[in-house]
Amino acid sequence: MPPTADTPRGADASSGTSVLSTPAGLRTTDLLSIGDLSPDEILLILDTAEAMKEVGTRAIKKVPALRGQTVVNLFFEASTRTRTSFEIAEKRLSADTVNVAASGSSLAKGETLADTVLNLEAMAPDVIVVRHAAAGAGHLVARLCKARVINAGDGMHEHPTQALLDALTIREHKGRFEGLRVSIVGDLLHSRVLRSNLLLLKALGAEVTVCAPATLMLPEAARFGVRATSSIDDAVDGADVVMLLRIQLERMRGHFFPSLREYFRCFGMTTERLRRAAPDAIVMHPGPMNRGVEIASDVADGPGSVILEQVANGVAVRMAVLYLLAGGQSG
Amino acid sequence: MPVVMSSNQVARTIARIAHEIVERHHSLESLALIGIRTRGVPIARRLSKALAEIAEVDVPTGVLDITLYRDDLMRHPVGPQPVLRRTEIDFSIDDRRIVLVDDVLYTGRTIRAALDALIDFGRPRTIELVVLVDRGHRELPIKADYVGKNLPTSLQESVQVRLSEVEDRDEVVIEDASDG
Repeated sequence: MPPTADTPRGADASSGTSVLSTPAGLRTTDLLSIGDLSPDEILLILDTAEAMKEVGTRAIKKVPALRGQTVVNLFFEASTRTRTSFEIAEKRLSADTVNVAASGSSLAKGETLADTVLNLEAMAPDVIVVRHAAAGAGHLVARLCKARVINAGDGMHEHPTQALLDALTIREHKGRFEGLRVSIVGDLLHSRVLRSNLLLLKALGAEVTVCAPATLMLPEAARFGVRATSSIDDAVDGADVVMLLRIQLERMRGHFFPSLREYFRCFGMTTERLRRAAPDAIVMHPGPMNRGVEIASDVADGPGSVILEQVANGVAVRMAVLYLLAGGQSG
Repeated sequence: MPVVMSSNQVARTIARIAHEIVERHHSLESLALIGIRTRGVPIARRLSKALAEIAEVDVPTGVLDITLYRDDLMRHPVGPQPVLRRTEIDFSIDDRRIVLVDDVLYTGRTIRAALDALIDFGRPRTIELVVLVDRGHRELPIKADYVGKNLPTSLQESVQVRLSEVEDRDEVVIEDASDG
């Protein structure tokens, strides 16, 4: 296409005329928080992810969109699902990927996060995907480097791509968010998945109820504008979507409940309890699951469970984010 | 804003191309149509319908989005990415005779991207190209096998194909791009 100053990206390459919709884009080059996205931007990511899903069904699961781009996956916390998902997404877009894990990196030798990032930046990566135990780690990385930054989980703060893949899964089953009744049960206090999900679900108009024992309740529930309850029967009643969150023993400093068995007895999702939800309710879990703690095995493997679809959608959502951030407005 | 093809002319042209396809292929057995988004898709569907009427064959029809194969994707540092839509090819293209369909042939870059995308789906026996309008100004060595109308244009002009499936009517108009 002959470059003309007024030809927008996304203009129809063959006719030289603009396509139906104006090229929509993201206003940011980093994905650090769902709170930075408008509802339209969230829907753009979901629409793009839907198109990306098709790439994963081909015999050759690879497209040249990010050819020549270097992506560093910087993971300071254990991760199987998220890191694998990002890496598959990057490879399907033809990016070159490098994985850096905390063990075996210079962090183990006492280097600070900032110094690690500045050294990586000196090697000119195009994208850094970062997971770290400290809230705001992604923001720090984004401030220090020119590379586009994706927050893959920062402490108890946010995990934006998880909320996006949850939203894609919900939309595929329910077709809408407005007025949808979503109940989220589990370790609310320590959950970054919850915080990203609340921002997203509220932005798209869902009615959210959160449920946990008082010790694991979300302190800022009122600020998020969600209904909070400690009764699981009350929480599940009439729900279209039931999302269970993992009991995060590794983040717990102190005693939050008497025993895992007691937690399951009071808050675990069982087939019996699920009967109170809408007949076509879906059951979600971001993984990894503790079977017999927050979720009974027959619910996890039951007919309403979409847990493995969430994992499958994770790759498509991350492909969409990687693709769209490249066109974001920096600064 | 001169109209260069009316609704009737668009219909006649698509019917003519369908006849040409039948003429050029001894058998339509292994034929498949693939429309390039956006406006190649309705043209491919109309061709498929015409082929069903003329030759009583059901030619499988697919939809191709070439966005991820564009040669200018990562060349601009900022600016929104082109909107990505779904590719739908629910049949194997291996050993098929593929007829690729687009509305306007211009620089040839869209077709280059489409050829690369198709090869990722399999190894067709042949690939032919249908365009409703060839407006010239090729930047790559690409040529259409079936052309609805050759339309000499200047670089300042733009060619708009409107189809009732996308807009409210069928027509092809030529506009002075500098007017906006």
